[in-house]
Amino acid sequence: MKLRFIALVTALAATASVAQADVKVGMITTLSGGGAGLGIDVRDGFMLAIKQSGRSDIEVVIEDDQRKPDIAVQLADKMIQSEKVDVLTGIIWSNLAMAVVPSALAQGKFYLSPNAGPSPLAGKGCHKNYFNVAWQNDNLHEAGGAYANGAGYKNTFILAPNYPAGKDALTGYKRMYEGALSGELYTKLGQKDYASEIAQIRASGADSVFFFLPGGMGISFLKQYADSGLTLPLVGPAFSFDQGILQAVGDAALGVANTSQWSKDIANPTNEAFVTSFQAEYGRLPSLYASQGFDTANLLISAIEVADVSDVDAFQAALKAANFASTRGDFAFAANNHPIQDIYVREVIKEGDIYTNKIVSTALKDHSNAYVDECKM
Amino acid sequence: MSLILLIEQVLNGLQFGVMLFLMAAGLTLIFGVMGLINLAHGSFYMIGAFAAAATAAATGSFLLALVASLVAAAAAGAIVEMTVIRRLYTRDHLDQVLATFALILIFSEGTRWMFGSFPLFLEIPEYLSGPIRLPFGIEYPQYRLAIIAVGLIVAGGLFALIAKTRIGIQIRAGESDREMIAALGVDISKLYTFVFALGAALAGIAGALIGAIQSVQVGMGEPVLILAFVVIVIGGIGSIKGALLGALLVGLTDTLAGFLLPKAFGLIMDAAAATSVGSSLASMSIYILMAGVLLFKPTGLFGST
Repeated sequence: MKLRFIALVTALAATASVAQADVKVGMITTLSGGGAGLGIDVRDGFMLAIKQSGRSDIEVVIEDDQRKPDIAVQLADKMIQSEKVDVLTGIIWSNLAMAVVPSALAQGKFYLSPNAGPSPLAGKGCHKNYFNVAWQNDNLHEAGGAYANGAGYKNTFILAPNYPAGKDALTGYKRMYEGALSGELYTKLGQKDYASEIAQIRASGADSVFFFLPGGMGISFLKQYADSGLTLPLVGPAFSFDQGILQAVGDAALGVANTSQWSKDIANPTNEAFVTSFQAEYGRLPSLYASQGFDTANLLISAIEVADVSDVDAFQAALKAANFASTRGDFAFAANNHPIQDIYVREVIKEGDIYTNKIVSTALKDHSNAYVDECKM
Repeated sequence: MSLILLIEQVLNGLQFGVMLFLMAAGLTLIFGVMGLINLAHGSFYMIGAFAAAATAAATGSFLLALVASLVAAAAAGAIVEMTVIRRLYTRDHLDQVLATFALILIFSEGTRWMFGSFPLFLEIPEYLSGPIRLPFGIEYPQYRLAIIAVGLIVAGGLFALIAKTRIGIQIRAGESDREMIAALGVDISKLYTFVFALGAALAGIAGALIGAIQSVQVGMGEPVLILAFVVIVIGGIGSIKGALLGALLVGLTDTLAGFLLPKAFGLIMDAAAATSVGSSLASMSIYILMAGVLLFKPTGLFGST
């Protein structure tokens, strides 16, 4: 009898301690301005997973960084100091991540990246409390290089915007690509007219083109490329072919090969349920950003289920175990807390009236990243 | 580097310049006649593009879309002039900047509220798509040639309007002496509304024309607005002639510097470093041009002193 009573008290105490351990999440993401589509998708994916978990002990505070590093830093300070969040997440752009993440980590917070994966945070600046759930920045471009080898391209023209992630992109491509380069160009960040670049591609004698031009830059490039009469095969990372922008590109994107760690036709029950429920909830198809937001939330939930966020070591271990069902299927963390995952080659197709992607092959199997050895934690 | 490539780049520069002229003409007119700094000019560019995309999606006609862009931007311009801008003429420039900056935010979020955060689709019409073969074996997109043509026609029309018509005389008179023409019985507030709507319409059609080859999205106007300001500073504030010359200078400098500088650096350093240094310097080129012009002509090429 007495024993049973003690057991009951312990059980009650245990539930009480779990109930007390509410987790507060601060999401800083881009919800207004030119890049808002990406942040909105990450937020919607994230909140869908929280809703589906049915948990009431996770509180999410969402703020708009307007794609400005200074605002992101202010928001992070506010979230850490007055909101007292335990975990930060949400940042889309690498330059914003570099402004916010190191100081948040230094203040003992956890950061789960749903998108940006700048190389400094994977290499020398890696941290036990930093987990990237999307990819290291170079990954999709490395897959582009691997795909080009397989497709037999020998003389590729490569271009990217002149900023850190653009340089990471071309470095990543060249790390895997074995052929020659017929030209290498850095364009202006935010550039919308590619007539000059397209003329140079035409004159270069290239046999294929690799480009990293995310968002609106990619829409412009693809439309102008299609109109120029050039028919060289294009390869790019998924950022120019996500569900949010394909409808704006139209026929110009049809048949283009692009590399991605996620696609809506990856066949596993988690992904199928995710695509259906996202569509039911928001009335549109999810993009890779939405899948990254969804996976980030599920990783967090999986850690909360087994560890208390105030027990830093246990929570780190719980996150590192990555014991959640990812929309991507197999998912694990490398030593520097960046994903080990398959990266696919997709092709843009038209389903009815909707432009979307389907997987055609796997570019890199169980791919990690090039910075693991630089990371000492 | 072949001659063909160079000619093609000159055409690209011209096309870019002509597009900038459509933006800068309205900006410089509004500043010249009303003395107003209008930061919200980029919003009319965006409104034109969205109106065109919506009309093209509904009717399938590109010409109707262009008409819609003109009408929507002019209407937005007229409404904004009558409700907000009119109160700003007597204020100093700081108040004008503040109020028109607020208009940018209102227009951007209003557009997002109506059309959503994702870019819209606007396509080049069938009869203008694809390249055309020019003499010397140059292949050039027809649509870009059409933009050059439309821009030059609009420029011609604008010059004729200002030089030959009664309203043009009033506009020129308004630039030099506002009180006097009001005293002569010209309805100055109607004239201001007309000039503002005209400027907005020019920005609107630029947005629609460019939207078809770039992306139609919220915030698309602001980068162009900055370039348009560079253009009118180079050309001389208030001068249409200056806006045309300035636009072509900026268009050609930007395109040719982006093309030639990396190649020039390629002669003295390795390829990767040359593209990096060359493209960085190329993005500065138009600002260097502006600084150079201001050094010798502090009021711009055709600015009144």
